[in-house]
Amino acid sequence: MTRFLVRRIGQSFLVLVASSIVVFLIYFVGPGPNQVARQFAGRLGTAQRIEQIKHALHLDQPLYLQYSHWAWNLLHGNFGYDYYKGQSVGSVIAAAAPATISLVLGAAIIWISYGVFTGVISAVRSRSLMDRSFTASALFFYSMPTFVLGLSLIWIFAYKLSPITTFFPFHGYVPLTVNPGQWFEYLILPWLTLALVTAASYTRLTRASMLEVLGEDYIRTARSKGMGENRLIGRHALRAALTPVVTLAGLDIGTALGGVIIVETLFGVPGLGWTVIQAINQQDLPVILGITILATVFVVVANLVVDILYAVLDPRVRLY
Amino acid sequence: MSMPELRAAGISETLIEEGDAPASKKIEGRSPWRLAYERLRADRAAKIALGTILVIVLLAILAPVFAKITGHGPNQQFIDIGENANGGPVPPSSTFWLGTDNNGRDLFIRILYGARISLVVGVLATAISVALGVVFGLAAGFIGGFVDTFIARLIDVMLSIPFLIIAISVAYISGPSLWLVIVIVGVLSFTYLARIVRGQVISIKNREFIEAARALGAGPWRTMFVDLLPNVMAQVIVYATLLIPAAIVLEASLSFLGVGVPPPTADWGSMISDASGFFQYGYWWFLLFPSLALLTTTLAFNIFGDSVRDALDPRAGIYV
Amino acid sequence: MATGPASETNPAPAAAAADGDDVLLRVENLVKYFPIKGTGLVHEKEYVRAVDGVSLSIRRGRTFGIVGETGCGKSTLARCVARLHDVTSGRIVFDGQDITQLSQRRMRPLRREIQMIFQDPIGSLNPRRRVGSIIGDPFAIHHLASGSERKRRVQELMERVGLNPEHYNRFPAEFSGGQRQRIGVARALAFQPKLIICDEPVSALDVSIQAQVINLLADLQADFGLTYVFIAHDLSVVRHVSNSIGVMYLGKVTEIAPADELFTVPRHPYTGALLSAVPVPNPDLSDQRQQIILAGDVPSPILPPSGCRFHPRCPKAAPVCVAEDPPLEPRLGDGPEHPAACHLPMAEGENLADFRPSISERERVVEVDGSLLPDGAEPQDIAGALPARGEGGTP
Repeated sequence: MTRFLVRRIGQSFLVLVASSIVVFLIYFVGPGPNQVARQFAGRLGTAQRIEQIKHALHLDQPLYLQYSHWAWNLLHGNFGYDYYKGQSVGSVIAAAAPATISLVLGAAIIWISYGVFTGVISAVRSRSLMDRSFTASALFFYSMPTFVLGLSLIWIFAYKLSPITTFFPFHGYVPLTVNPGQWFEYLILPWLTLALVTAASYTRLTRASMLEVLGEDYIRTARSKGMGENRLIGRHALRAALTPVVTLAGLDIGTALGGVIIVETLFGVPGLGWTVIQAINQQDLPVILGITILATVFVVVANLVVDILYAVLDPRVRLY
Repeated sequence: MSMPELRAAGISETLIEEGDAPASKKIEGRSPWRLAYERLRADRAAKIALGTILVIVLLAILAPVFAKITGHGPNQQFIDIGENANGGPVPPSSTFWLGTDNNGRDLFIRILYGARISLVVGVLATAISVALGVVFGLAAGFIGGFVDTFIARLIDVMLSIPFLIIAISVAYISGPSLWLVIVIVGVLSFTYLARIVRGQVISIKNREFIEAARALGAGPWRTMFVDLLPNVMAQVIVYATLLIPAAIVLEASLSFLGVGVPPPTADWGSMISDASGFFQYGYWWFLLFPSLALLTTTLAFNIFGDSVRDALDPRAGIYV
Repeated sequence: MATGPASETNPAPAAAAADGDDVLLRVENLVKYFPIKGTGLVHEKEYVRAVDGVSLSIRRGRTFGIVGETGCGKSTLARCVARLHDVTSGRIVFDGQDITQLSQRRMRPLRREIQMIFQDPIGSLNPRRRVGSIIGDPFAIHHLASGSERKRRVQELMERVGLNPEHYNRFPAEFSGGQRQRIGVARALAFQPKLIICDEPVSALDVSIQAQVINLLADLQADFGLTYVFIAHDLSVVRHVSNSIGVMYLGKVTEIAPADELFTVPRHPYTGALLSAVPVPNPDLSDQRQQIILAGDVPSPILPPSGCRFHPRCPKAAPVCVAEDPPLEPRLGDGPEHPAACHLPMAEGENLADFRPSISERERVVEVDGSLLPDGAEPQDIAGALPARGEGGTP
């Protein structure tokens, strides 16, 4: 087991290094050192400032040195300095992260529970009315782009029902620490948007996986031995069927934590996705870079966690 | 009965095995493809979906014809009759079948032209993904060894880096363009297919008929294309048909964020984006019709893709 | 390689067989190890010793049968001879030519002379290709014929093996197991090779179908002067088809003999045990027999026992068996065509059930997961031979 762990973590580290090199090349090499410095200086750069920055970022040195400086800083949690806003990128990220985390984790709870629940029911009562309706709705939401759903929800809840009630605010964000009630209110529509679309794939996956497991011989044997159906499904079939779902959930959450651009932009939730779009509009390179790397780290770590979890649950995996 | 005894009993060899009468006419082989096609033909949902797709394609092709009929071009602004007093869009009427957008352009015509963009991007980007995916998957699976590890790591890196952010930045810097969008979408999606192809190849390459080919003296290229590829094609087709709607949604999302096809080209994503600033004033048609178009298209492709998958890999109702 | 059409009988090879001592295939000390992954850096590399020093020679026009339990290395041996694997050491001499080190490219023309028939009728045919195309592969790969000429020759082959040529366009799934095996035979036959290696060709078939396929192979041998290596684990099948039989155990050959002689005068105790397990149709006879039941499982080919590999299970095991690996040579006055690798070969009339090994448990080197005797067991409980059933003693 330890050998597997070591190997797997080493692999992740390698991927991280390779990814950081690629990101570095795209952002630093593409434009060229002058351009980069200018970007970093932001719109407020004077010629002198640009020279200053060039030197501070070692842009006048060979490429690999630049990379090592940047990487070294990263390892120490120093994401660089946002000249445009006049604060460290780290603090920009720290300010934006809670919104994304609230959004993603909340939605994840909804989509995982809903998706798995409907998937299991669909599988167990295959071809029944419930199955068909769940599957049809899954197909429907699966085909719907996030922004279309988001706009529709806004339209329905904020405008259509408007004389009767304005249920949910649809733009903005209130941190949990400031006002839990409002935090919840402002997040409901974003949660629903993100969750409904994502849940669709989970319903489909769980259903397919569950049906496959239920067809296995060992389930048939247990049933013929008289095991109660609920216990059979709950304890045996579910465990086997859920492994691909767990993998997918890990990956989805990892990716989403890097910023859910569309939902955040649509609902004005100032998370990492929203911040990065602003940064792109403002050509604020340090922030773009910082968030890109952060998102990469999230995905790699999520992959690693999922693989380790997998190996814990299924010993065969360790052979790989 | 021992072997010599059977023969002594005069039992003819062919009679024992073949229950059918000697064939007097040419017998047509029923290939797995043929069987799949017949299954597909019997699937009603598939036929409706396919019909819808064909209608959409037809409408897209005939877009200029409709433009001629109504006398409205896709980018023509009708300030006087196309906008109301406040400068907003006008509702559906006999002049403008689905109303106008905020610039007084005929919404119906724009939606037709938007279909062109979506379909072209969907198909071309998927073609790129398939080509890349098959090549990488075959190489990784069949050649194995270092090539496989390298490609696997490459895919890991590609999946870890938030290419959406990078794509947006690139599009922002170099300016949005149709070809850029196609390439971006194609490259972002090939990893999924590569993994699937690689998995298929690995599960097949140790089967005896591959060994038999080697025993006959077949070289690796012949084996890959004559023996491996037909077995892989089925899965490729299934996932390709599901890739098309994903590509369409991705393109629409990019346009929604402003980094897809440049205005004033008619595109569903950017139309929806424009509409999002207006529907609160009650201009519902502006949001509804492009959204419906997008939703219908993706839904039709997804349903058809599901049916194709069922036809090629029937496991009695696992996938509804 | 006959140059005439496939349907003609070629008298020349029959004459060659009558010449007798023409050796078509000679294997000298063939060794094939498979490395086990993942242990390279820290420990010493471990290997699966699939084939560990096999020597045999096969005469033209004859059938050489190879029997053994699962894991004894017979399939690996087959694939090494067909050069589907690279050889770790040893020599393979085919028709006078040393083919051991030939690259895959140089092997190509030779593939027309050495062909294989596989065990799994389903797996050895590409499910997504039509049967005509599959059988036509040899012609396509080596550019021997194309278009309608190829189709004609394929249909001739189909007829020759007992298939309906009208089924040229069908898919493997539409045939029965026996028919699929015939397809495999047709494919192997396309080149009119000199040597066909049959890797358990009938093991996956029903018994009545086995008969048909075997008879087909026998007919083809007579018509085309083929030489067969016939691998199986079913002794009665092997006896029916082979001229000589080799018995393999854990990567080595333990005994070779002309077919009937192996059954009447077995020398190696392992052969004796195998023979006692062959079902006998007559129930009275069967009851009277004393079955030899070997104790334990086949040891792992990664760390085989020292000396004679069979000694942990052998009823006649003695200290010399632990110490020395017996060479494969004729024993007890047998001729050169009946060697056996045993220090204490069975004499005629010997009953294995009467023997007990003369070495204690501790002296044995048993490699079964490195586990020792279960607690409380007495050595003679695990000894090589248990009391025979027919005597009414407790098993």
